[in-house]
Amino acid sequence: MSDEPVDVLIIGAGASGGAIAWSLADTRMRIVCLEQGDWMNPAEYPSTGRNWEARMQSDYAISPNIRQNSSDYPINDDNSPIKVANFNGVGGGTILYAGHFPRFHPSDFRVKSLDGVGDDWPIDYEALAPFYAENDRMMGVAGLAGDPANPPNNDVGMKPLPLGKSGEKLAAGFNKLGWHWWPADTAIATEQYDGRDKCINLGACLSGCAQGAKASTDITYWPHAIRAGVELRTRCRVQEITIGDDGMATGAIYFDGDGEEQELKAHVVVMACNGVGTPRILLNSTSQQFPNGLANNSGLVGKNLMFHPYAYIEGVFDEALDGYRGPNKSIRSQQFYETDPKRDFVRGYTFEIIRGSSPVRTASAGMTRGRIPWGADHHKAFRELFNRTTGMVAICEDLPEEHNQVSLDPELKDTDGIPAPKIDYTISQNSQKMLDHSIERASEVLRAAGALEVHATAPLSFGGWHLMGTARMGADPERSVVNEWGRSHDVKNLFIVDGSIFVTSAGVNPTRTIQALALYVADQMKQRLANLFD
Amino acid sequence: MTDSEQKFTDGEVALLHRLVDMIIPASDEYMLPSANEELIFADILRSAGAYQTTISSSLKALEQICREKFDHDFIELEANDRTVAVDSFRHDYQAGSDLIATVAAQCYYRDDRIMAALDMETRPPFPEGYSVDDGNWSLLDPVRNLSPIYRKVT
Repeated sequence: MSDEPVDVLIIGAGASGGAIAWSLADTRMRIVCLEQGDWMNPAEYPSTGRNWEARMQSDYAISPNIRQNSSDYPINDDNSPIKVANFNGVGGGTILYAGHFPRFHPSDFRVKSLDGVGDDWPIDYEALAPFYAENDRMMGVAGLAGDPANPPNNDVGMKPLPLGKSGEKLAAGFNKLGWHWWPADTAIATEQYDGRDKCINLGACLSGCAQGAKASTDITYWPHAIRAGVELRTRCRVQEITIGDDGMATGAIYFDGDGEEQELKAHVVVMACNGVGTPRILLNSTSQQFPNGLANNSGLVGKNLMFHPYAYIEGVFDEALDGYRGPNKSIRSQQFYETDPKRDFVRGYTFEIIRGSSPVRTASAGMTRGRIPWGADHHKAFRELFNRTTGMVAICEDLPEEHNQVSLDPELKDTDGIPAPKIDYTISQNSQKMLDHSIERASEVLRAAGALEVHATAPLSFGGWHLMGTARMGADPERSVVNEWGRSHDVKNLFIVDGSIFVTSAGVNPTRTIQALALYVADQMKQRLANLFD
Repeated sequence: MTDSEQKFTDGEVALLHRLVDMIIPASDEYMLPSANEELIFADILRSAGAYQTTISSSLKALEQICREKFDHDFIELEANDRTVAVDSFRHDYQAGSDLIATVAAQCYYRDDRIMAALDMETRPPFPEGYSVDDGNWSLLDPVRNLSPIYRKVT
């Protein structure tokens, strides 16, 4: 193996790593991506076996602490009411995500100006719009133009997912109240797209799509990036970014699949490990120049962690709905998305419809919350719920607060001896009021739709899917980690392109915006290749 | 007996056998077997092996409750006393009791007989998938007529 530095080292092969690798490939630079996990084999996804629901709670669990695959690292999230969900492998979190694929709203980039909270982004919706469109073409988006809750968008290429019985039921409820709803934008192919087959309603999106209809980056960006010359090395876990005397990044030290320490030198380093993985590596990259972690002169690496606090609200109906059949998503509502001064909180949330529930989930969740008893009445109670529930989650905007943070655990380490991340997080009063509001409003919709009973849970303790804000972007080096085009203020050949650069979280799933940002940063880099480090 | 089954002692197996029957008993009304029916229970034992430490300690806790309350082992108790012990177990050891119930449900609801009784096809989701109604899209008509509700930013 040559000791010559590669041109670009990308760390992480998930949502953003795949996008920037593909975009930079047309520069003909030598690009290498290090990924701590493996390639996925869809033939082994849980939905191919009868034990699929059990595997969603074991080797395909969303928590790395439960999953404990060899590619995972432990996370100390004891001091957080919301636990981290992630996946380590080619495709990253897109392997297990639901494929719900909303865009941010224009107001999401101007939170401070409009509502006096958080901070404004250094870029706006218009700057990202062309990269949203480019990403939509690469991932393949199903949806419907004309949503009155969003700016016009004609980039969705495929028809929306079926409403199904559940979607119809809830749509009727929203209509009865005169509230907004719209078919969800999803990164799920409803027709053949870029070599991928169409959705056949497996209903197991959250444990990998064996059909290949869901757009995970291992089957979208990566095949294109590799064909264009990008090298992807799997089972390579990065320990730290190395730094030269001139204060520039020189590459990375990593452990290969045999646990052997290796070094890869690079002219440019791009972090794409998302809101926990990226600060973990940066904080572990200490040196004389950066005793508190790389690119951390602001002290903000790891700070301002944002999840989306989730509420789950489910109704029980007296007729058969979709149950376990079909993608988890169908429609969404953004009736309560924008700030309304009449409410006791600022910002807002999205209702994302959860189509139905599978048999084991129906039974185990029903027993846990006491709705399905142990004993003789189990069967009757199970039948009252099975295939007869539908509902929604509220994805609440989380505002940045410095005390919510990722740091390095002083004791816990992964199998290579690298310190594990530690999460300290509390739910703000604003978020709590939003959660309460969402439960009340969702209950109204479900009742209007004919629900006989309504159950709610908030926050969803396992629902730390969205990891944002821990290396925020901004124009002021004292208030941000990267500049308005993703370059570290402190290290001029270090870029970050994942959810950690979010300034605020919006009230929607972040993947579409993470990828649009990665493409935007790639475009900025390409425009500045001659003077990238000035 | 598989390796997984051997993870539990005979006493633990006997206790688990009785306990899962209390979680999901047989039903004459729906013509369903109990969760401790031979094939289903074998699946439960295999699956529970992955959680051996937690489940063994939970079963030990249940035995301790029985001895403290009734001075007998769980399987020796009368039905009423067993119910009292299990209620106490579920209250004091929620995580462990939920785990046992979840493993029981995972195995019960993938059994051919149970799936057939629920009008489910006895197969995994892939490769055949399922059909879902496209739905009545005219429901969207009133929403199409709404004015934009997103905030304009200048």
